[in-house]
Amino acid sequence: MIGNMEKQNTIFKDNLFTRLFWPLMALGLLLVFNLICTQGFFHIEVRDGHFYGTLLDILNHGSKVMVLAIGMTLVIATKGVDLSVGAVMAVAGAVAALLVGQVEHGWIFCDGFTLGGLVPLLNAHQLSWFLPVIAALLVSLVAGFWNALLVAGFRIQPIVATLVLMVAGRGIAQLITDGQIITFTNTGLVYLGNGYFLRVPVSVWIAMGVFTVVAILVRKTALGLFIESVGNNETASFYAGIHSKTIKGLTYVICGLCAGVAGLIASSNIKCADSNNAGLYLELDAILAVVIGGTSLNGGRFFLAGSIAGAILIQTLTTTMYARDVSPHVAAVPKALVIIMVCLMQSETFRNRAAGIFKRSRKRAWSL
Amino acid sequence: MDILEAKNIVKSFPGVKALSGVDFSVRPGEVHALMGENGAGKSTLVKIITGVYRQDDGEIFFNGRSINPGSTREAEACGISTVYQEVNLLPEMSVAENICLGRQPKLFGLIHWSAVRKRAVAALKRLELDLDVSRNLAYYSIAVQQLIAIARALDIDCKLLILDEPTSSLDAKEVDELFTVLGKLRAQGMAIIFITHFLDQVYQISDRITILRDGSKVGTFETSTLARLEMVGKMIGKDPEQVRDMDKKRKLRTSAGRDFLRAEHTGRTGMLFPMDLNIRAGEIIGLAGLLGSGRSETARMLFGVDPPDSGKLIIDGKETVNSSPGKAVSHGIALTAEDRTATGIIPDLTIRENIVLALQARAGILKTYTIKEQHALADTFIKALGIKTPDADQLTKHLSGGNQQKVLLARWLAMNPKLFMLDEPTRGIDVGAKAEIEKVMAELCDKGMAMLFISSEMEEVTRTCDRVVVLRDRRKIGEIAGEQISIQSIMNMIAE
Repeated sequence: MIGNMEKQNTIFKDNLFTRLFWPLMALGLLLVFNLICTQGFFHIEVRDGHFYGTLLDILNHGSKVMVLAIGMTLVIATKGVDLSVGAVMAVAGAVAALLVGQVEHGWIFCDGFTLGGLVPLLNAHQLSWFLPVIAALLVSLVAGFWNALLVAGFRIQPIVATLVLMVAGRGIAQLITDGQIITFTNTGLVYLGNGYFLRVPVSVWIAMGVFTVVAILVRKTALGLFIESVGNNETASFYAGIHSKTIKGLTYVICGLCAGVAGLIASSNIKCADSNNAGLYLELDAILAVVIGGTSLNGGRFFLAGSIAGAILIQTLTTTMYARDVSPHVAAVPKALVIIMVCLMQSETFRNRAAGIFKRSRKRAWSL
Repeated sequence: MDILEAKNIVKSFPGVKALSGVDFSVRPGEVHALMGENGAGKSTLVKIITGVYRQDDGEIFFNGRSINPGSTREAEACGISTVYQEVNLLPEMSVAENICLGRQPKLFGLIHWSAVRKRAVAALKRLELDLDVSRNLAYYSIAVQQLIAIARALDIDCKLLILDEPTSSLDAKEVDELFTVLGKLRAQGMAIIFITHFLDQVYQISDRITILRDGSKVGTFETSTLARLEMVGKMIGKDPEQVRDMDKKRKLRTSAGRDFLRAEHTGRTGMLFPMDLNIRAGEIIGLAGLLGSGRSETARMLFGVDPPDSGKLIIDGKETVNSSPGKAVSHGIALTAEDRTATGIIPDLTIRENIVLALQARAGILKTYTIKEQHALADTFIKALGIKTPDADQLTKHLSGGNQQKVLLARWLAMNPKLFMLDEPTRGIDVGAKAEIEKVMAELCDKGMAMLFISSEMEEVTRTCDRVVVLRDRRKIGEIAGEQISIQSIMNMIAE
């Protein structure tokens, strides 16, 4: 039997390249289109000591969806989905904005002494934004735990379970900010979404950092294998001795934390916490980025790099619309068209059909 | 005159040539058994006939007309119906809905419910079944569900009925009922293709036998002229002498070690009555009993899938609680459960990942094995167990059933368990692979591993086990050891 097996299968294997091919192809085409049609799209200059240009804008503005998509990838790989990330962003932003204001007003007395030996290395200014950031991340971690509890602990369907926080989250954010839009001027917090490090926007560094940390976490430990295994066949994974509940729950916790990071960037971008609009509909962009990136909503194999590519593609589309002066009201239509194309090209059934039609029409042309 | 004639069918999958030029024909009014080892190409051939796959080359004639079905629906329209190994109906819908699903009688564009019911009752009547068609399918036993699936297949005007392992989850009485029905259909002129691993059943029901091996046809034979041993020989490509050797009774083991696991009055409410059980290192314990007597439940309880809620469990001399499979695995206990698609194989992971899974689960998230170590491990087991694959990086879903079972065995053997529980490890597996698995079991046992073996085939239990625990109605009713073990003695105990 072994003898007559042909080794033709390497291209059929699930590898990163085949998964990444179509999103990267679309991105490439989009960039070529801009190269020809949009003036100055590729122009990068050094202004005020940092890089400046449309391409950097894409990365900068895309960073939130990138960070969300990283967490979302893991959740989707377990056959779940997290609809609450947008709302968790709002909560994280609200917590940070509230605390940073209170620290500045001295309502929370905080210096190296009151916090004991915990942060003696930080001066008062660093502390004034460090503390709110940590608090915001802790709160988003709690949100993640809540989702994990509902989905993994009580076996509520992920869509329903995370819908709870999606709806309630904005209410919680409103409670935190007392229904106000809280603005802040703290330079540390503003730096996250507007600053530059080594000439590149800080938010891009943050997205890269989150990607690196999560990639190491899932690929250099067995976590990635367990996530894929649980997503592909939960019962069988349980029978193999994997604590599938823990694995599932962990993905929601990581996803919540990612949402917190994205929330900090978002509120820092606009220097205020807007509970109604922060991260609005971004959960959908994140899910889309994951799917474009080749991770199936059926769970199983996941591709972090693919999700990043998906997020960049979405942002490139949006930016292209702006650059082409397409009215925001109709911008969604061409965006949807491109995305539908990528999704169709990823479908093997569609590719085969399309190839079949192509072949047939060629044959017909031949016979004429 | 043949009703179905497949000529020179060729089909390749990535890495495997599943069928290389197979001819196959069926006459009306015959039961035609399709035999072969796992991976011989039986399922692929059937899937091509029923439109699930398309052949790369070759032609199919049905009723003298060339057909090329692109879906099961098109095949059904021609008059070819299939009942698959796993009952793939919808358990939460009514029997009537299941029978008519996708072809409900309509009235003004809406479903005509009373006609649906009438039609379902009529379809069941052909099989002489009298069921309440408004009940959910799940209400009925697997055996009845199987018959309902056949009724569904007959509901269309079908001339060829394909049964893929229809008896693997039925007990002897239910099999007889099924065969009575098949006999009637045959008398009505129906052509039936019957795929099974039970040799007895082939001889009981079939008129002709076609044997496939490694994607090629060995031949078509009249059942009455093909001796059983000869058939087995043709299936596995070995001569009868070797087969007889495989069947020889194993010598009795005398040197069982101390208790590895002891259950004292252990049970689970609603599932198993409390029982005492001990399993020693270096012996194979068999669980015997009828279908539904609590065999699989016992294994699941010991493995922590459904943890016990009464009594004590002593493992390696220490009282412990197996509250989850993860715990059991950490105690060195392994289980290959009955339903390997649902509870065993992770289809989209590679063979290597499937093999390393239990070892990795026991080691935890942080301790990892390098890709090189994983490959070495996987390659060792692919070689040792004879898993048919080009390499360890193939997706496990592309393997045949028997090879998937071997991957599962490898997964557990990789972690070198102290107690290995095998629930129907040989179900749906051909004779050759069966013998290999039994051989592996005996070797492991000789090395001092404790084993628990569950099988519906009593010959297997009596052939391999040192001690047999007999169950009836979710209760342990006795034990038979050593020389006393025979099918007769087990039957007597169940019947008494």
